[in-house]
Amino acid sequence: MDFLNNFSAQRFLDSLQYMWKGMLCIFIVIGVIIIFIYGMNKVTNKIVSKKQSKDSAEQ
Amino acid sequence: MEILYESFLTLFQSGGWKYVVMWAIGGLLIFLAIKKDMEPTLLLPLGFGTIMVNLPFSGAIGEEGPLQTLFDAGIANELFPLILFIGIGAMIDFGPVLANPKLMLFGAAAQFGIFLTFCLASLFFDIPDAASIGIIGAADGPTAIVVAQKLKSSYTGAIMVAAYSYMALVPIIQPPVIKALTTKKERLIRMPYRGKSVSKTTKILFPIVITIIAGLVAPSSVALVGFLMFGNLIRECGVLDSLSETAQKVLANLVTIFLGITIAVQMEATKFLQPATLLILALGLFAFIFDTAGGVIFAKFLNLFLKEKINPMIGAAGISAFPMSGRVVHKMGLKEDPQNFLLMQSIGVNVSGQIASVIAGGLILSFFL
Repeated sequence: MDFLNNFSAQRFLDSLQYMWKGMLCIFIVIGVIIIFIYGMNKVTNKIVSKKQSKDSAEQ
Repeated sequence: MEILYESFLTLFQSGGWKYVVMWAIGGLLIFLAIKKDMEPTLLLPLGFGTIMVNLPFSGAIGEEGPLQTLFDAGIANELFPLILFIGIGAMIDFGPVLANPKLMLFGAAAQFGIFLTFCLASLFFDIPDAASIGIIGAADGPTAIVVAQKLKSSYTGAIMVAAYSYMALVPIIQPPVIKALTTKKERLIRMPYRGKSVSKTTKILFPIVITIIAGLVAPSSVALVGFLMFGNLIRECGVLDSLSETAQKVLANLVTIFLGITIAVQMEATKFLQPATLLILALGLFAFIFDTAGGVIFAKFLNLFLKEKINPMIGAAGISAFPMSGRVVHKMGLKEDPQNFLLMQSIGVNVSGQIASVIAGGLILSFFL
């Protein structure tokens, strides 16, 4: 039962900081990705609709 | 004849029972793969490999053993799981997420189990082992292998078995947790799917930008994220269809065969049959439960502020067991209301979970390497 001999409440308390740091970092990264996707969708949809209106005008 | 005698002698010596127990475990994994259809592509090779490495004086392991050679060549340096990621990336359609990017938030929330389990595991294990155990909650075998190997965990075998077994058990683990955390009224919430068109340019830029963003935030995640996104780029670029098909089928299948049987090197009786293994299996289950809870509770929290409510069940799909978790949520929605179709939303969340879990793995490596 090595893991019982290795019990450490202090290690648990130290590790708590990684929980909030980790979750915060994940939300930040995902947040940046979401903003990028919204931006890309906006830009590319605009280009596509411009192209479509140009094509229909030519026809 | 002498070798046969020595082999039998070893079995009946003190500690010989461990071999027999490992054969039973190998047999159980093969049974679960064939009879219960639980992740057969991995559990079957793993089960057979477990038997191979636990025969007295096995020639499959040891310095010149082929399994040991494969392990050194493909797993000790994380090559197999990373190559497998190319195949997984080529299989995933990120379309539902790109059409509705806010679904990605649930993928992030559902990584809560990883960090909570890490904290709990740190009570009993040193930090690298605790972090490797926490990553079982990524519900993603290759990520778990890479993290456990990089952090040089002594429990890679148990972590693998837990990760793949619980992935297969998602349809059993998730529904009770979701039900316990939601009311009938919440489960009945309908979410009409408004599919927006996503341009090809966005689909091509997506894997490139994700790699850059993840790489800047957590440089250790570049390999994990990069291989996954490279596979996706092959899929979406439109000019490498034959490569995409090869990555999805031949490459993924080939690596899976070697990965499963090679991981068995970590299933040697002396390494696996320890009381710690049981604790790791329990912690792995804990991680899956709290991943699910994290996603559901986050959706409920968002509902406090939203006019158009979200069905909180879709939060549970944020664990990256793809596509089982998305399907589980969809089926639960249909069970509550046969007209409630949550498939597109739940698959979108599920795909986000895949990205978020890889980022979580990269973050853990950044913290502890």
